[in-house]
Amino acid sequence: MPDIRLVNVTRHLCRDINLEISDKELFVIVGTTGAGKTTLLNIIAGVTDYTGHVFLDDINVDDVPPKKRGVGYLFQDLALFPHLTVEANIAFGLRAGGHDKIGTDQHVSSLMEMMRIKSLADRYPHMLSGGEKKRVALARSLAPSPGILLLDEPTSSLDHQTAKYLRSELNSLLKRLGITTVYVTHDLREAEELADRIAFMSNGIIHQVSSPAGLFFSPFNRVVSAFTGMPNILKCEKSRVLSPGLVEVVSDEIRVVLPYDGDRIKKIAISPDDIYISDVRPPGPSLNRFIGRVEEITRHDSKVQVRVSVGKNNLIAELPVTAFDEMSIEKGGRVHVVIKLRRLRYAEA
Amino acid sequence: MTKSARRRHVESALGMLPVAVFLIAWESAARLKVFPGGFSFPAFSAVVMEFYRLTANGVLGKNFLSSLTRVLVGLSSGSLAGIAMGIVMGWKDVVNKALNPIISLLYPIPALGWLPLLMVWIGINEILPVTIIFICSFFPVVYNTATGIRNVDRKYVQAAETLGASHARILFRVVIPLALPNIFTGLRLEAGMAWRVLVAAEMIAIPTGIGALIMRAESLVRVDIILVCLIVLSVMCLVFENIFLFMERRFIGKWSHSA
Repeated sequence: MPDIRLVNVTRHLCRDINLEISDKELFVIVGTTGAGKTTLLNIIAGVTDYTGHVFLDDINVDDVPPKKRGVGYLFQDLALFPHLTVEANIAFGLRAGGHDKIGTDQHVSSLMEMMRIKSLADRYPHMLSGGEKKRVALARSLAPSPGILLLDEPTSSLDHQTAKYLRSELNSLLKRLGITTVYVTHDLREAEELADRIAFMSNGIIHQVSSPAGLFFSPFNRVVSAFTGMPNILKCEKSRVLSPGLVEVVSDEIRVVLPYDGDRIKKIAISPDDIYISDVRPPGPSLNRFIGRVEEITRHDSKVQVRVSVGKNNLIAELPVTAFDEMSIEKGGRVHVVIKLRRLRYAEA
Repeated sequence: MTKSARRRHVESALGMLPVAVFLIAWESAARLKVFPGGFSFPAFSAVVMEFYRLTANGVLGKNFLSSLTRVLVGLSSGSLAGIAMGIVMGWKDVVNKALNPIISLLYPIPALGWLPLLMVWIGINEILPVTIIFICSFFPVVYNTATGIRNVDRKYVQAAETLGASHARILFRVVIPLALPNIFTGLRLEAGMAWRVLVAAEMIAIPTGIGALIMRAESLVRVDIILVCLIVLSVMCLVFENIFLFMERRFIGKWSHSA
């Protein structure tokens, strides 16, 4: 039974959105800025008007106010109440729900412990770092024990390391809580890392809902394909387990070694900017390196796209103009092709 | 004494320096009879002596208490009514639409502009100055409060809604606290303004109070008494503004960067 169902939902940019999100699913909506992702969360939370119908747990909630929808919402700009301490911010929803003081204090305390922010209890939001604010806002949205959690770009505006750390913590926390989650991001890698299913959204339209791999290996249209960076797709003819956790897959003359447990890989997707080409043999081991022939060179503003044939396979590589101009690569010439090991995506049988 | 504490002492001493220079220059100019007609420009020490005399014989105290009572009653009633109406106008759009044209029409009228009308309607009694101060406080406080309530970022209201808060809880626990900086700005400005308006009203129409004392001194060409009253007025404006500044810091200083 779907936990969230949107039927012909329309609001400004978002037009005729139909979507079903299953119980306990971690559903990621990915898309560029201005795609309508936040509007969609606002519609589910009920903090904005819309036409169409929203069902939560199979109940039509079109006339249900936000306070009765049972939805926790982590806003993109967090909206922590600046006049309340961390503790009071987290307790706000519980007090609003009429919980008694002892119960509220215990619940807030356990949430602060879980989010590792207990030492910040008496601080005000302006005294916190970006990462700490995100934790507090997350604890606050979880406090009333909502059935559904909406997360709007929870790792945005954080430095790379903090974002990575928070992402991994979020991942394990959401799995542990088993709560239906709608997670909005513009970062495709973040979406892949977390999602049970991904919806790709652009200009208020959901173009595709699929597994993370489906977005790369079976894009529904060119808009999706362009967003995923038009990856090179290699069909795997056979695969061989080299050691536990390491497999070699063969696609014509290309033999790629990648970290994977098993031998069920059907396809590999390689983003054009994850393929390096060089006119001289690069130093280092020969793993995931091939000799290819330049078939086509296309110059764009800041990038150069080079189509290289390796046996029957054609690979598109994308280089910065400055890097390309430093080499002498010509159409019909031979080049060394290097595939970045850690950035490979795969589809299983 | 720490380095920062020492620096603070030095800074506050430096801040007093211009005042000291001004008082010395005043005293010297009067004693050296720089300005013709010594009675029209008494020395600072003479003003201090007159202050002592007026305090000792109770004249200053009696008039000051009259003015203070009027300010306290007028300012507190005007501010409370202004805050209440400002909250309703800022929170309920329909009330704002209904009352805003009237408030916009009446707000620009200077409080003293009401004086002739109020003299006819109320007569010359204690209610007159209190009403003038009420009007002087009410309209700006309504305006500042309503603006403060309306300017509270919608995201906080939405966050409170998703956390299950009722409308009343959102208003009293989120919106009003977040509008406090605006409300206090209005109160702080009006606290000083109330004294200025009161003294002007007392000079024109009321027979008691600091303003009336100034007018009596003027008829006797007692510049020293006039200066005593002006200094008292100045100090009271500062004291009242600082009371609200203290309250502002007390209530919002912990969480507001600007307070």
